[in-house]
Amino acid sequence: MTTVKKQSTKTVLSARKLTKVYHTGAIDVWALRGVDFDLYANEMVVLLGASGSGKSTLLNILGGLDVPTEGKVIYADHDISHANDKALTRFRRDHVGFVFQFYNLIPSLTALENVALVTEITPDALDPAKALDLVGLTERMNHFPAQLSGGEQQRIAIARAIAKQPDILLCDEPTGALDMQTGIMVLQAIENINQELGTTTAVITHNAVVGQMADRIIYLSDGQIAGIDVNQQRLPASQLEW
Amino acid sequence: MKVLDRKLFRVLWTIKGQVIAIAMVIASGIATLVMSLSTIEALEETSAAYYERYRFADVFAQVKRAPEKLTAQIRDIPGVQTIQTRITRYTTVDVTGFSEPVIGLLSSVPEDRQPNLNQLVLRKGSWLSSQATDEVIINEPFAEAHGLAIDDVISLILNGRKKPFRIKAIALSPEHIYSLGPGMLLPDDQRFAVMWMGRKAMASAFDLESAFNDLTLTVEHQASINPILDQLDVLLAPFGGISAIERKDQISNWFVMNEIAQQKTMATILPSIFLAVSVFLTHMILSRLIATERTEIGLLKAFGYSQLQVSWHYLKMVVVICLLGITLGSLLGLMLGRYNTQMYADLFRFPLLVYQPGMQSFLLGGLISVAGALAGAMGAVSKVVQLPPAVAMSPPAPPNYQHGLFSKSWVTQWLDQPTRIAFRQIGRWPLRSFLTSTGMAFSMGLIVMTLQWNDSLGLLAQVNFFEAQKQDLMVGLAEPKKLRALHDLEHLPGVMRAEPVRYISADLRSEHRSHRGSITAMAADNQLQSIYDDAARQSVPVPDEGLILAERLAEKLQVSKGDLVRIDVLEGRRPSLLIPVVDTVETYLGMAAYANLTAMNRLLMDGELFQFANLKTDSLQAADLFYALKNTPMVSSVMVKQAALDAFNETLVEHLMVFITMFIVLAGMVAFGVTYNSTRIALSERGRELATLRVLGFTHGETSYVLLGEVTLLILLGLLLGSLVGWGLVWSMAAAFDTELFRVPLVISEATIAWSMIIVLLAAMLSFTLISGRVRRLDLIKVLKTRE
Repeated sequence: MTTVKKQSTKTVLSARKLTKVYHTGAIDVWALRGVDFDLYANEMVVLLGASGSGKSTLLNILGGLDVPTEGKVIYADHDISHANDKALTRFRRDHVGFVFQFYNLIPSLTALENVALVTEITPDALDPAKALDLVGLTERMNHFPAQLSGGEQQRIAIARAIAKQPDILLCDEPTGALDMQTGIMVLQAIENINQELGTTTAVITHNAVVGQMADRIIYLSDGQIAGIDVNQQRLPASQLEW
Repeated sequence: MKVLDRKLFRVLWTIKGQVIAIAMVIASGIATLVMSLSTIEALEETSAAYYERYRFADVFAQVKRAPEKLTAQIRDIPGVQTIQTRITRYTTVDVTGFSEPVIGLLSSVPEDRQPNLNQLVLRKGSWLSSQATDEVIINEPFAEAHGLAIDDVISLILNGRKKPFRIKAIALSPEHIYSLGPGMLLPDDQRFAVMWMGRKAMASAFDLESAFNDLTLTVEHQASINPILDQLDVLLAPFGGISAIERKDQISNWFVMNEIAQQKTMATILPSIFLAVSVFLTHMILSRLIATERTEIGLLKAFGYSQLQVSWHYLKMVVVICLLGITLGSLLGLMLGRYNTQMYADLFRFPLLVYQPGMQSFLLGGLISVAGALAGAMGAVSKVVQLPPAVAMSPPAPPNYQHGLFSKSWVTQWLDQPTRIAFRQIGRWPLRSFLTSTGMAFSMGLIVMTLQWNDSLGLLAQVNFFEAQKQDLMVGLAEPKKLRALHDLEHLPGVMRAEPVRYISADLRSEHRSHRGSITAMAADNQLQSIYDDAARQSVPVPDEGLILAERLAEKLQVSKGDLVRIDVLEGRRPSLLIPVVDTVETYLGMAAYANLTAMNRLLMDGELFQFANLKTDSLQAADLFYALKNTPMVSSVMVKQAALDAFNETLVEHLMVFITMFIVLAGMVAFGVTYNSTRIALSERGRELATLRVLGFTHGETSYVLLGEVTLLILLGLLLGSLVGWGLVWSMAAAFDTELFRVPLVISEATIAWSMIIVLLAAMLSFTLISGRVRRLDLIKVLKTRE
């Protein structure tokens, strides 16, 4: 099955001339060198690049985890690139969902509670059970992380990320720690969220295959955008193979 | 320096906050030990040096009047070295501008030189002129209390005649380090003076030419003292001698030694508690710290370092922390010890101060701390070191949380997620949590114990000064008088009631046990001073016959109600009496024995006598009364209850406040050390979790809540436990301080508990503030990227 979707032109987030320099000791590491980037409403973008290409740095800046050395990030007419810590916290809390390579679940909370952790602090959140339902884990909702497989843990992390109904879902190597089969289940869950809820989604990966399920593939290399591919047809995650 | 050692110091530098916190806990233990031991050492050495340099006597005896030529016979007693006879008398002193009566103890000294024994430390002025009869030397505390200077004039009533005397010198004496007036519980430098006067002047004033009424002597080094005392008693008995006493029973020395003994009790109990707590905490903290080093340990082993090398590396870390703690503690202990000794030196007015702490206290404390910390660290190190490198390098399996008893109950439903995290965290590590709470409990317990001294002394004062004694004044007569003399006192201005009391010096014996003290004989209708049970807080009527003993005295003699006690009276005809015990009462102060005045007088067969009178007075006529008392020749001493209470408050309570402050600082250090370390380690263990929360949009405050919430719960539990621990410590301290002088009542006020909690919470808040700064600085990206 292939999906054809009309490309939205409404910009959710846009970055201009993003530069990030890490000063480590005597040397300066240029992680980003003037990146221009837009994220459109409802789309799914895959950021592809080798290790050190700057993709994680870009994602961190877009998600309000880090601030650029130079350049701007505009979200809903606000420049968040120079916002203070409080404003960034607010931004992450209300608008961004994160999924990490290593799940980062709270070991002392059950699956349901891990999701509720976020819904308790956001207005208009989904019911935690509903969020778990979206990732197909209703039956496991009372299990603790230690009682779940890696794939299940990652799906809970996805449920946790989307339960607040974020405007943007940012996933940093969500399948990096998983085998192919489990990885595909996780990607299906992300695909599902993007399509069912229309959540703008950006996925970082070094696995080129994952790009096939995106609306756009952005190639990063040496801190710069090396190219953008637009998929006319997205491949369903279930059909990916690596 | 080897690379591994370099790593050691870098690691220590990175975790410097924790290192300092652990070192502080160790330091508090060492400091108490060093302080107590060095104070004891200093007090013992100082008093010994003082006694030796100013030739403090070994034996003291008093007689009514003995001829000077008796000294020849005394000198013949084998073992006697130097003899000094003299004349001593209590007298009333009149200081211009001070309306209350002052009692003075007047001792004779040779006109032209220092006496052979009990020499004076001249602080100002010069020795008496050989011909003058109107010169006096006064003791420094009294001079300072009244602002008296050389050449000032004071009036003394000698044998009923008031006469002015010029102050020739101001001095100190080894005999009066702790100068206690008759009937006084505590030194009162305003109302009690020690004075010295030329022998000839005193002899003529008291009609004691070629005679003495007081004798002191030293004995040869090897001589045993008891035979000397016995022979002396035989020689002095015909001259009205009250049995001779050795140095250890001399009142001033007894108090000094008692103070040293109390310091010793303190030196055994308090540092033990502090050290035990600090060893326990070091253990707890280090084992968790080493557990977080798991990956590095695996790595070192993978490189080929042996288990022994790795273990040694971590144990070195422990030793370095300990050394830091020991150094800090020793310095602090020395400072506090020096301060403490100085305080005693000021209180006792030692003219010299020997503060040269020996090494043993440091070695002892150091050894205990290092051993304790090493034992603690060893367990953790060996556990990690034994893991195969691959396992050690992979992170520990995620803690396996399971549904517990409460996880699905309504209680949980009601909690938000961050609070649940805190609860589960505690449930997952119950032992660790319990240890943290226990640590807090001990630091609070220490504070409760310290603050409680104030409570028990307050109660002691309340019971002793207000409940048991209702008189305003206690008047002492120069010698026992017939009861009709009481009327003279009743007719003094402002006196509303006068009640007779007689103290009879005696040895109380039961089988081979004996106690030298006195019997308090009171009239049956006594109202002002009653036989008071301090624990039951009620008066017991004066018995018609028989003795009522303070419980401690009954315990010492091992007698109970119905048993007979032999009373060897030490005055008058010195009869030996057998009197039954009719009751016992609990008393906080002293070891009293009470009897009926009429019954005692009958048994002593020397007439209807009394020597002390309790007076209830009209405070409006106080000035007139004091004036009249000063001019009443038969009155030799006046004790004002308010003055005694003031002295009690000033001396004991002020002295105590210093201790309380010291121990609160030390216990606060422990509380800080425990919270800081528990929280700091929790932060490094759970940094990833907390960073996740921050990324998910939790604010600093909300994230800190997850971390601090858990510790706060443990602190709250610790505070509850702390009240219990405090009670236990108070109990053990009270038991240890149960001396012949006083028994500490076991009371803990609500305020003490509340203050202890507040102090612990303040210490916790300080460490929270420091930690939440760290939560603020969590590097979100780094923590999330690296897999711990």
